[in-house]
Amino acid sequence: MGNLEIRDLSQSFPREDGTELTVLDHLNIDVQDKEFVCILGSSGCGKTTLLRLIAGLDTARAGSILLDGEEMKGPSSKVGFVFQEYSLFPWRSVIDNIAFGLEMKGIGREERYRIAERYLELVNLTAFRTNYPSELSGGMRQRVAVARALALDPVLLLMDEPFGALDAQTRNMLQTELLDIWEKTKKTIIFITHSVDEAVFLSDRIIVLTPRPGMVCHFVTIDQPRPRDRTSTEFAQVRRHVLDLINQKCSIQ
Amino acid sequence: MGNPVRKNKDRWLGPLAIVLALTLWECYAILVVKNSFLLPTPPDVLSAFLELSQKGILLLDFQVSMLHFVVGLGAALLIGIPIGIAMGWNVKINAFMDPIIELLRPIPPLAWIPFAIIWFGFTTVSAGFVIFVGAVFPILINTYGGFRSVPRIFVEAGRMLGCTKNRDLIRYIAFPSALPSMVSGIRVATGVAWMCLVAAELFGVSNNGLGKNLWFYYNLHRMDCVIVYMIILGLIGLAIDMAFRYYIDRYFLKWRTGEVA
Repeated sequence: MGNLEIRDLSQSFPREDGTELTVLDHLNIDVQDKEFVCILGSSGCGKTTLLRLIAGLDTARAGSILLDGEEMKGPSSKVGFVFQEYSLFPWRSVIDNIAFGLEMKGIGREERYRIAERYLELVNLTAFRTNYPSELSGGMRQRVAVARALALDPVLLLMDEPFGALDAQTRNMLQTELLDIWEKTKKTIIFITHSVDEAVFLSDRIIVLTPRPGMVCHFVTIDQPRPRDRTSTEFAQVRRHVLDLINQKCSIQ
Repeated sequence: MGNPVRKNKDRWLGPLAIVLALTLWECYAILVVKNSFLLPTPPDVLSAFLELSQKGILLLDFQVSMLHFVVGLGAALLIGIPIGIAMGWNVKINAFMDPIIELLRPIPPLAWIPFAIIWFGFTTVSAGFVIFVGAVFPILINTYGGFRSVPRIFVEAGRMLGCTKNRDLIRYIAFPSALPSMVSGIRVATGVAWMCLVAAELFGVSNNGLGKNLWFYYNLHRMDCVIVYMIILGLIGLAIDMAFRYYIDRYFLKWRTGEVA
């Protein structure tokens, strides 16, 4: 299962002059099990803050986050995280990066390699099992990061602009691969992006946030069947709709 | 420069320089200085080397010096690394320790020799102590620096993967991340330790030792023997540094290959 409920979530940071900077303001979001949700919003709207709160990396000022009815306090093995920057451990080979979480769980070497191997296959990098991250391209590194996050078999996968630093071709390829992986593993995915194209291509539902303080502005459900054709009229219509939301209704009044 | 064929072709230039330097030394000693006390010739040094090795004294000196070196460097590692880790990981410990470290650090290691002698007498520990003082700070500072600059994202990635206890974060994330910095600190420390070794031995902490007998033969005005010891000290120092460059870096830090570091 992977039902996520976010209730009245608020986050603020102290400013130098003593006042509070409100980043998220009474956010309410429900994400269904196995749903692929993209969170869209202009930079600075608190997308990453939201994701870090769900991950348990930071603590919210107010509100609650429930995963399958259980309140989230701190990082949990039920939640996987793929970071925006390169987060692979450079001193570990690809296979040992993927097996890291299993190692922390105390799973024996043979067993954890057997599991890691499966995820290595899932991201099509079997040939690179003993390579170090410094020897991989940007796209490969993010594929390893996805495999590493999946190896612990979380119910919820959080992705913070994971393909933001990649070139357009690699990005499109990884989007297709990610959908393929999602079909196979059936995780709930919350994916942050500022690319409308990416959000429309990937998600079941797009959540558009307002600029600071971040509030839910609009939900857009996309029921086009996958694989979606980026050049189709339907695709363009959804894109225009979402773009209009960002530029008008959901921008600073 | 990066061309391997070209590099191979130029390999004879290094040995050529050494041969030239030896020839120059020989000519200068024979034609200009003309005094084997002020400047012994290379053949003088070679025969002094043969004389000393026949006595069997060089091997013993080497062993005694290595013992001093290992005691001093070992103590520096045992004390410098844990303190460096504690200071790098914990802000409070850092705030507490930093003033003491900063006050002790600028004191030249050789200034500790009087206390080394009255505390430990003319013993191995005494020599080891002076070497320890020289070696501990580069190790400590670089360990601290390495732990300070562990990228936050590695710690967070670790936490998301179930590595949440402080001890595990240090062992699995911070330590490997800080290792390159620690290794370069240890490398600097071996250089400093080697310099302190000679000075520590000059004060007669032992009956043998490369530094001890360098001084002994100076007192006998056997400058040819002094040069033998100088060359041996230099070569061992070089060997230690090479061990770092070619073995330790490659073995422990092989993951950095391919990085522009």
